[in-house]
Amino acid sequence: MNALRGLALLLLLQIAGEGLTRALNLPFPGPVVGLVLLLVALRWACIREPVAAIAEVLLAHLSLLFVPVGVGVITHLALVSQFGWQLLLVIVMSTWIGLAVTAVVLRRLMPVTLPDAANRAGARDE
Amino acid sequence: MNDFVQLWVYLSTTPLFGLAATLTTYLVAAALYDRLDRAPWANPVLWSVLCIGGVLLATNTPYPTYFAGAQFVHVLLGPAVVALGWPLWQRRAEVKKRWLAITLAALIGGIAAGGSAVALAWALDMPTEVVRSLAAKSVTAPVAMGIAERVGGVPALAAVFAVITGLVGAMSGKYLFDALGITSWAIRGFALGTAAHGIGAARALQVHSDAGAYAGIALGLQVVLSSILIPLLFRWFA
Repeated sequence: MNALRGLALLLLLQIAGEGLTRALNLPFPGPVVGLVLLLVALRWACIREPVAAIAEVLLAHLSLLFVPVGVGVITHLALVSQFGWQLLLVIVMSTWIGLAVTAVVLRRLMPVTLPDAANRAGARDE
Repeated sequence: MNDFVQLWVYLSTTPLFGLAATLTTYLVAAALYDRLDRAPWANPVLWSVLCIGGVLLATNTPYPTYFAGAQFVHVLLGPAVVALGWPLWQRRAEVKKRWLAITLAALIGGIAAGGSAVALAWALDMPTEVVRSLAAKSVTAPVAMGIAERVGGVPALAAVFAVITGLVGAMSGKYLFDALGITSWAIRGFALGTAAHGIGAARALQVHSDAGAYAGIALGLQVVLSSILIPLLFRWFA
């Protein structure tokens, strides 16, 4: 029941987000505005509990949600076969660049203060 | 036999088919993934897509027929994006404390991923709409579609690029991080969430709870940053 209530809340927040982006002509997608609205709304326990229940379920099965879009590749087989290896090269290279740059930058910016070293960092803070 | 064919013809045109195919295929793929010790190459999204796509092609079933059922799964992507606020909120103390490092890493990493994709595609002389659809490839598919629409890309293409990006990240991240000597689960998770969005984050969640939490933060941040910055950058430079 809580999870259902949470799903209804998430959908309402998404609708509110869609409405706001259109009304104010904002440059980002509705669900993103819904996310920001949720961050504000989570201070209330009556919102937090149902949302927590559904968020755990949705995020635990996040990869399932990408299957329908993924299957959509078959509608673009012409393009994929035309640029096949080049497209794959672009996507693979840029993904590796993105992963490596993010990891290296973050390691540089907070070398010892991450959860792995939480004990040491906590002790130093005190 | 004839009855069976008729039943198949009937079932394959109802929404029931697409929904059942999506759920059961994914469950089987996920079970195999667990059985194979969650090896990166056994990624359940990849194998579900290959199996369902293969069946659709082999039986000449049009994608819209499949999607009539699969849309009931697909529509949940919207609330799932909203739900990303939850892991962000749960770790708000940590995020507040390290907001500068986290935001900078998300910003620089996001620009590196999207920028290198656009630059490479442009260098390879790909059509403009392909180049524009590549910009948002590191953002989760539903948001990537929204961004692509705003910058003159093709939403369906952007979704496909985002899914392939997520799969590449989820399947190769482990080896890349090992090669770079990145041992912190938090950093590995954050990088996956930044450059390989939801599919990368799903992988991070399966591997380690710290990695999963940081991937969730990165995913949420990337969604917000990219939706603001990519349309602005295109407005200024293109």
